[in-house]
Amino acid sequence: MDASKLATILNRYETEILNDWIAEQTNAMRSSAGSISEREIRENAGELLTAFRGALERGGRRDLSGPEWTRVREVLGELSAASATRGFTPVETATLVFSLKRPVFSRLRREFGRDAEALADEIWSATELLDQLGLYTTEVSQKSREEIIMRQQEEMLELSTPVVQLWEGVLALPLIGTLDSSRTQVVMQNLLEAVVRTGAEIAIIDITGVPTVDTLVAQHLLKTIAAARLMGADCIISGIRPQIAQTIVHLGVDLANVTTKATLADAFTVSLRRLGFGISTMPVKTSGASE
Amino acid sequence: MDRIPILKMGEFLLVTIQVDMHDRLAMTLQDDLTEKIVDTRARGVLIDISALQMVDSFMGRMLGNIAATAGVLDAETVLVGMQPAVAITLVELGLSLKGVRTALNVERGMALLRKAGG
Repeated sequence: MDASKLATILNRYETEILNDWIAEQTNAMRSSAGSISEREIRENAGELLTAFRGALERGGRRDLSGPEWTRVREVLGELSAASATRGFTPVETATLVFSLKRPVFSRLRREFGRDAEALADEIWSATELLDQLGLYTTEVSQKSREEIIMRQQEEMLELSTPVVQLWEGVLALPLIGTLDSSRTQVVMQNLLEAVVRTGAEIAIIDITGVPTVDTLVAQHLLKTIAAARLMGADCIISGIRPQIAQTIVHLGVDLANVTTKATLADAFTVSLRRLGFGISTMPVKTSGASE
Repeated sequence: MDRIPILKMGEFLLVTIQVDMHDRLAMTLQDDLTEKIVDTRARGVLIDISALQMVDSFMGRMLGNIAATAGVLDAETVLVGMQPAVAITLVELGLSLKGVRTALNVERGMALLRKAGG
């Protein structure tokens, strides 16, 4: 079929189709969790319909990727992104497009009357187009969601790998969460940069917040330690919970060349001693005495 | 052909790599350094690679080899000033230079050599 026939019909019955469509949408929206005013529905529908008609008139084929469809894609993209932030599900957004079918089909039926074959052809090609548009909205909302997830992942990566200076020459790296290879990369980079910046000789890697240690995590830890050693900093692993100590032994991970301590406090004491500092108790001043 | 200068400081040798290392330069350095250690009967070698921005597996292996050769001649090698990116690359290449001592900068490396020398 040629798309211009659909365009003619859209042209002829534009107001009718638009009104019917808006009625359909309002109906569909009633049960939805999101909120949208009638005026907005009208605006969106009008804009989309104009763009759709424009694309058809410019001879747009069934392929949505053509240049004739740019405007339609833009309008749909904005619409889907907006409805995603308003709390509509992708299904509801797609329904917006699909609800155009009934008004268009009824006009088609009126136009073709008894010519069943032509009517079937027209309806089929119109369905194809509208389905593509509906799927496009789904794709857009999926994509915007993925973008949000990616951004959050990056933020988490940044947040979860702090390097703190405990003392002159002593750094602590409290790790929280699972260590995968991309996180190891960030941890390593942060640690090495901190070593250069502070001139630290000892880095304490605290794994209290690491839920599980498997061979991969252990390997990542060892890599980090090797890299720090290449820069002249020694590493101590602390915060090894009893369960994890058992796992490490069961897995046969070789931590013989690495100093390991049960708690961060122990590791800190060892670091101070290595740097020639000591901790001693001082007589506590009585409460009345001034400084 | 350019060479990397090897400076003698007391009983130690100081090598500062200031240019981009290419393979032949590394080989020449290994030769020169070995001879110099024998000539001067040096007890320690300090290699400063703070200007080195990039390493490949060959360079990593070369550094290890140089240190091992010096070790055979009873000279301790300390590698100093490695850049974070270089350290990460070496580790990812599986070259953690187990036999080489390292320090953050020349000053610390010197201190390490002195301590090791007694």
